Amino acid sequence: MRILVVEDDPVLMDGLKVGLGLAGATVDEATTCADAWEALAAGRFDAVVLDVMLPDGSGLDLLAGLRARGNATPVLLLTALDEAPDRVRGLDGGADDYLGKPFDLDELNARVRAIARRGHGRAGPLLKAGALVLDPATLAATLDGQPIALSRREFAVLSALMERPGVIRSRMEIEERLYGWQEEVESNAVEVHIHNLRAKVGRETIETVRGLGYRVRGPA
Amino acid sequence: MSSLKRRLVLILLAATGVIWLCATGWIYASSRSELEHVLDTRLQEAARMVHSLVAGGNIAAAAAVAQAANPPESGYERQLSCQIWSLDGRLVAKSGGAPEEALAGPAEGFSERMVNGEPWRVYTILDPDKGVRVMVGDRIGLRDRLVRDLVAGLLAPMILVVPLLGLLIWISVGRGLKPLHVVAGDIAARDGEDMRPVAPAAAPAEIRPLLEAINGLFAKVEAARRQERDVTAFAAHELRTPLAGLKTQAQIALAAHDAPTREGALRQILVSVDRTTRLVRQLLALAKLEGTPSPSLEAVGETEAGALLREIVRQTAKPGSAHVEVDDALDAVKLKGDHEALHLMLRNLHENAVEHMAGGGTIAWRQCAGGLCVEDEGPGIPEDELPLVTRRFYRGRSRSGAGSGLGLTIATMAAARAGARLTLENRRDRDGLRASVVWPRGAA
Repeated sequence: MRILVVEDDPVLMDGLKVGLGLAGATVDEATTCADAWEALAAGRFDAVVLDVMLPDGSGLDLLAGLRARGNATPVLLLTALDEAPDRVRGLDGGADDYLGKPFDLDELNARVRAIARRGHGRAGPLLKAGALVLDPATLAATLDGQPIALSRREFAVLSALMERPGVIRSRMEIEERLYGWQEEVESNAVEVHIHNLRAKVGRETIETVRGLGYRVRGPA
Repeated sequence: MSSLKRRLVLILLAATGVIWLCATGWIYASSRSELEHVLDTRLQEAARMVHSLVAGGNIAAAAAVAQAANPPESGYERQLSCQIWSLDGRLVAKSGGAPEEALAGPAEGFSERMVNGEPWRVYTILDPDKGVRVMVGDRIGLRDRLVRDLVAGLLAPMILVVPLLGLLIWISVGRGLKPLHVVAGDIAARDGEDMRPVAPAAAPAEIRPLLEAINGLFAKVEAARRQERDVTAFAAHELRTPLAGLKTQAQIALAAHDAPTREGALRQILVSVDRTTRLVRQLLALAKLEGTPSPSLEAVGETEAGALLREIVRQTAKPGSAHVEVDDALDAVKLKGDHEALHLMLRNLHENAVEHMAGGGTIAWRQCAGGLCVEDEGPGIPEDELPLVTRRFYRGRSRSGAGSGLGLTIATMAAARAGARLTLENRRDRDGLRASVVWPRGAA
């Protein structure tokens, strides 16, 4: 999962980055509305965690602008203003969820997973492809009911492919899921991860579509 | 408790009473002298009447007239007494009830005398031709009774009327004070939150200034309370973000499996605690600046600018922070004003400069015309934000994140308290901010 966090408090930002990262997400940071616009224009995100009071404007205005442009990325508002009228305004303004500060990190992770799941058009919490099952909440994977050990990055690559079974994912798209925009991308990392994954979950599970990318066969 | 109504009623009753007493005293005095005159005239006439009969030689008739001078049914029985004496001291005739003893001395005209222990007033006519002396007198005690009865007749209805009058005054005063009761009822019926002005238009002119003063007070209380609410709401809101950061980092520290992640989270917790501590300190400073009245300029001493600045620089010094220069000329500058306010102002200006100098550089404190100033080599403040940065919790678009958003607010308020004015401007010679504190009446 790739998540954009828009928050101006450095300590909280660090906590969100590490905390969401521990739950298997790749986090991009933005501390102002302007930064957030730039990030949203440059990449695709599975979810946005958005603070309301930002130095150069309101997160609600950013959200309204986002929805006005037809951007459907799920947004969770994270703010100190959590009276009922504030929450109503936020949700009616296009937010998918609302969490008041201070919050529980596990709850935040669960809510982010939930809105991201809905964003992908899924209702069930588990990702399934044939005999392979991924649980994004626990970062656990099973094949025919047997647990298999995956690294965080391998899990991220596999879940990116399994979120839309049958859909081809380019190498670029998978890289985006692995690295934040300030991280340096290793040139053949995706190939290495795919190679290792095939050894663990079976060669035929991940198909290479020459010149386009990779895909995991759908349940059908 | 002093009741306006009771006071008014008492004053009105006392005033009426005094006027009545004066009037009664006057009536008593004037009735008495009038009565004396009338009775004296009557004595004279009666004496002349008896004398004319005596002069006519009819002593027996004169005695009968003297006898008839007292109608028996009169309330004032035996008011007049008559005696006819021969010049050789023999009592020739007397009216019934008249004493045997002579009523008066030998002299002619009015006289007073004690007869049988009673004072008498007597008119005497001396007739040497007929050889008689005619005396007609009445008892002074009777005269006094007459006056007393007259005055009592006047006073009795008055005494009956006093309670009635008191009641009337009580009711009238009550009605007169009704607008006051209406206003009092209006104010008393309010709950503690209701700060609407009391309508002075409907009130009588006499209490309008009072109502206007009350409304002025209401407005002040309401403004102070709104301010308090705003500050409390802001403070609660501003504390939530650092609390969220603390909680998140604590949860990371608990959940982390590797030592570097845990250590990183704990370090972030320390950073956050430091910042939150500063935020709380700033909030307290702000509350104190707003909550306490400013001391008069005479009541405060002088502070040496150089020494104070060096102390602040020492207190706030951290490894790796910017280089600070304090001009030696400041040692000779004595600042007037509340020492605590001066300290708060200079410290916040200094901290603000330090915060914006993460990239290193020099902070310079200098003496300026009419005060002192500090120049930093930070990024400065965008011109359009300059008027906004002294607002509470305003951090600016390019905020560093570490600031509480209160430093320049506190510096401005503290400057005002020290009788100075704070001006912020971007430096012309290079990037950086210049903050000047100027005393309009001179610093030293």
